[in-house]
Amino acid sequence: MIEGLAALYIFMLAGFTGYEIISKVPVILHTPLMSGSNFVHGIVLVGAMIALGIAENPTQQAIGFIAVLLAAGNAVGGYVVTERMLEMFKSSDKKDAAGGKK
Amino acid sequence: MSILIQASYFLAAVLFILGLKQMSSPVTARRGIQWAGAGMVLATLVTFLAPELYDNPQAVTNYLLIIVAIAIGGGYAWVTGKKVAMTDMPQMIAMYNGMGGGAAATIAAVELLKAQGEVAHAQGPGLLVRVGLEVLNGQPESIAQVMGTDVAILAIIGAVIGTIAFSGSIIAWAKLDGRLNTSKLLPMQQQINLVLAVILVVLAISVYSTDALAPIVAFFVLALILGVFITVPVGGADMPVIISLFNALTGLAVGFEGYVLGNAAMIIAGTVVGSAGTLLTHLMAKAMNRSVSNVFFSGFGTTATATVDAGATGGSMKDIQSQDVGIMMAYASQVVVIPGYGMAVAQAQHKVWELTQLLTEKGVKVKFAIHPVAGRMPGHMNVLLAEAGVPYDLIYDMEDINADFANTTVTLVIGANDVVNPAAKNDPNSPLFGMPILNAEQSDNVIVIKRGRGTGFSGVENPLFLLDNTRMLFGDGQKAVNELIQAVKEL
Repeated sequence: MIEGLAALYIFMLAGFTGYEIISKVPVILHTPLMSGSNFVHGIVLVGAMIALGIAENPTQQAIGFIAVLLAAGNAVGGYVVTERMLEMFKSSDKKDAAGGKK
Repeated sequence: MSILIQASYFLAAVLFILGLKQMSSPVTARRGIQWAGAGMVLATLVTFLAPELYDNPQAVTNYLLIIVAIAIGGGYAWVTGKKVAMTDMPQMIAMYNGMGGGAAATIAAVELLKAQGEVAHAQGPGLLVRVGLEVLNGQPESIAQVMGTDVAILAIIGAVIGTIAFSGSIIAWAKLDGRLNTSKLLPMQQQINLVLAVILVVLAISVYSTDALAPIVAFFVLALILGVFITVPVGGADMPVIISLFNALTGLAVGFEGYVLGNAAMIIAGTVVGSAGTLLTHLMAKAMNRSVSNVFFSGFGTTATATVDAGATGGSMKDIQSQDVGIMMAYASQVVVIPGYGMAVAQAQHKVWELTQLLTEKGVKVKFAIHPVAGRMPGHMNVLLAEAGVPYDLIYDMEDINADFANTTVTLVIGANDVVNPAAKNDPNSPLFGMPILNAEQSDNVIVIKRGRGTGFSGVENPLFLLDNTRMLFGDGQKAVNELIQAVKEL
């Protein structure tokens, strides 16, 4: 369990990490990166599984079921579209290393 | 077992950050998403072992429900994600993002309902995930007492953000997918939104201190409505900013719900996305010379004042035949192509590349100029051109090519409009005024491929189309470029 101040530190450091990552991305990768970060918050699936797992009555189970359903869609869909986009960059990699830096 | 789970979550968080980091270069980008994907699979699998799950009397049913939900949700997303055309990518990202926001909101709903159930039935604290000190001292009287002050506040804030990102993303998806064309729901929309937002804050406070079900339900319903109301008036040209903002919001909501569940992987991944998305949103808004609040509150392109009087600029649109354009381009020294969303709609990128190759064979220098907000997302045009096989060294950003338009014989504008509108530079009354644009008007000739005479997505008139060195080639993008290819071939 993460409590109070420790969580605050995590929030802060993770915030700076995200800022650092995006500040160096070339424009050509903005769409794949938005899609990729969209996939990363698919980690909500883990929380949704726990929310459904700790449900004790049908109402909670129904809502938890929706949570897992939506979260799985986020994670799987986010991965599939990002992978498809980045796949197209593959063939041009060599050319890009020289000319496409920005 | 707990150590294994915690270690796996830690590893997943590391993989997410390294994966995103690798996505910042085209060479390693593909490996990046695969690393992040491995982290996701790992985190998901170990969650099945979490003690909270199998200690529950409902464990068997819940496990079954989890597997079924993953199969349905994941299966749906897998099929749609594989099937969707590259041009429709923006709305799919909006859709998946909305699902994530909805998931975060529903997690909050489960937690709030559980807490509310505890209060209502005044059951013993033994079943609680977290036990506030107050509970031990007597009957709990509010959700906040059951969950603890910090947890309750973050659960509620995460619920608001997640719900708004959910309904807002669905609207963004519907607008981009052409299912929703209206930009106006009610008169005085902004004022109504403000009132609703105030009511939402009041409801949020009452959820915090309530022991009843009604405020919770009202709270979620109102947040859903507010998400819709906020997004509907947003103009099409601003869609990239909105999608990026909702992406950041979902990340934030996931981070907050991660705190509620005491899940470090969710906190880290959610917050990283939250801050990365916020910065990306800011960069995009800056590229359009608008603030994020402006995007939400100005009702861009829907106001009557947006119409620029054509008489002041003088002139009218002049047509041209594709044969003439073919000759013009074949004997040009340099051709610059400015693609826009219209190229995506017409699926013309492959034809454009074919034309480029033809012209290059004839010794014409061809370049592509990409405005930061061309298309519906940053880098949208780059993705499409990459799909068609256009190498990166032909593609230039706005800053790199703007000085080069003066040396250009022909600028071919295909499906772009606002990003080449000179009113942004010289008409203080234009809603676009101040936005950096591509200096297409400085080239010797401008050819605009356009479906009709109407205004673009933002609804603003474009004086570029009326200039003396501009010619209009009306027609569907793909068909028009095909004709150009024929014209060049016949020479």
